[in-house]
Amino acid sequence: MTLPIFAHHEPGQMLLLGTALLLGLGFGFCLERAGFGSARRLVAVFYLYDMAVVKVMFTAIVTAMAGLTLLAAAGLLDLSWVYVEPTRLPAQALGGLLFGAGFIVGGYCPGTAVAALATGRRDGVAFALGMLAGVASYAELASGLEARVAAGGHEQTLPAATGVPRVWWTLLFIVVLALAARLLARLERRFAANRPAA
Amino acid sequence: MPDSPGRGGDGPRAPRPFWNPWLAGFLLGLVLLASFVVAGRGLGATAAYSALATAVAGTGDAGRIAGHPVHSRFWNDGAPLLSWTVFLLLGAAAGAFLSGWHGRRLAVVTERGPRVGARTRLLLAFAGGLLAAWGARLARGCTSGQALTGGAMLSVGGLVFMAAVFVAAFALAGRARRQWL
Repeated sequence: MTLPIFAHHEPGQMLLLGTALLLGLGFGFCLERAGFGSARRLVAVFYLYDMAVVKVMFTAIVTAMAGLTLLAAAGLLDLSWVYVEPTRLPAQALGGLLFGAGFIVGGYCPGTAVAALATGRRDGVAFALGMLAGVASYAELASGLEARVAAGGHEQTLPAATGVPRVWWTLLFIVVLALAARLLARLERRFAANRPAA
Repeated sequence: MPDSPGRGGDGPRAPRPFWNPWLAGFLLGLVLLASFVVAGRGLGATAAYSALATAVAGTGDAGRIAGHPVHSRFWNDGAPLLSWTVFLLLGAAAGAFLSGWHGRRLAVVTERGPRVGARTRLLLAFAGGLLAAWGARLARGCTSGQALTGGAMLSVGGLVFMAAVFVAAFALAGRARRQWL
């Protein structure tokens, strides 16, 4: 078990922040190159004529999931060292609903807004300013809400909750991804007329 | 048009095409995997906004911030900006800029549907950011921290968050249609 690296070699601040910067570079490059610096391309998924958001997200999740599963099965990666946010179902369901509303109204999510503003999109700047106003107002106004629904909880994963080993879940996700590819292509053809002119 | 990539044959000024989404997803997945393997944590975006808000609040009464139920989580012993999440997002901005520059997509424009004015679009973008921030703070993460990172780790909460995002956005898509189509 030599991975994660930082579990065995605690990094100094320079190395820690440099690593974050480098990973962020790849993160932002992928987002922009996928077309996610554009609000219209992002929300297209909700009108079903361009499902790129689902394709990219789903493929990214399954790729990382398969890598984690393989490395853990080979005894190279200690999954217990990998941080997962605790599961708090009411907070994540309610938060997800609010977030989804913000996504369709604003056209971005927090990461893609940065890709948008970095490439000159004014609406990306507006979304990011809204985010800042949002997290600041949340910190001032929502301490009570935070204590009630967003605190506590514990790490809960599908393998732990069901007893079905991680490798089977990974295979299931790969199969679903392969099936989804056909379905998504059909949706795009069926709703092609939704695509706005220019 | 920033959102309609050329096919490469439209002269030297046309934007380069986007990556095939499956390839983009695979590469994004490798970046996410690298983050897990090196640092033992996934990607995230919202915490950096919180760190910035905490840094601003901390210029006032630092003592209040250190004991504050929300701000204290981003205080980082008095250096909220020298944190993993902030540098990750700085890197993301730089990476997006590089990709946009190389892809010939750098342009100061307001992305909007054909039926909505620029001012309305900017107001809605701000309002959407505000809503998304409350959602992401409640859920402790956004599309990166909960959906991508949590999904790859098969976290029940992350998967529930992702489902809720799509439910709400699809439910409101009809009402938001005028802004986009």
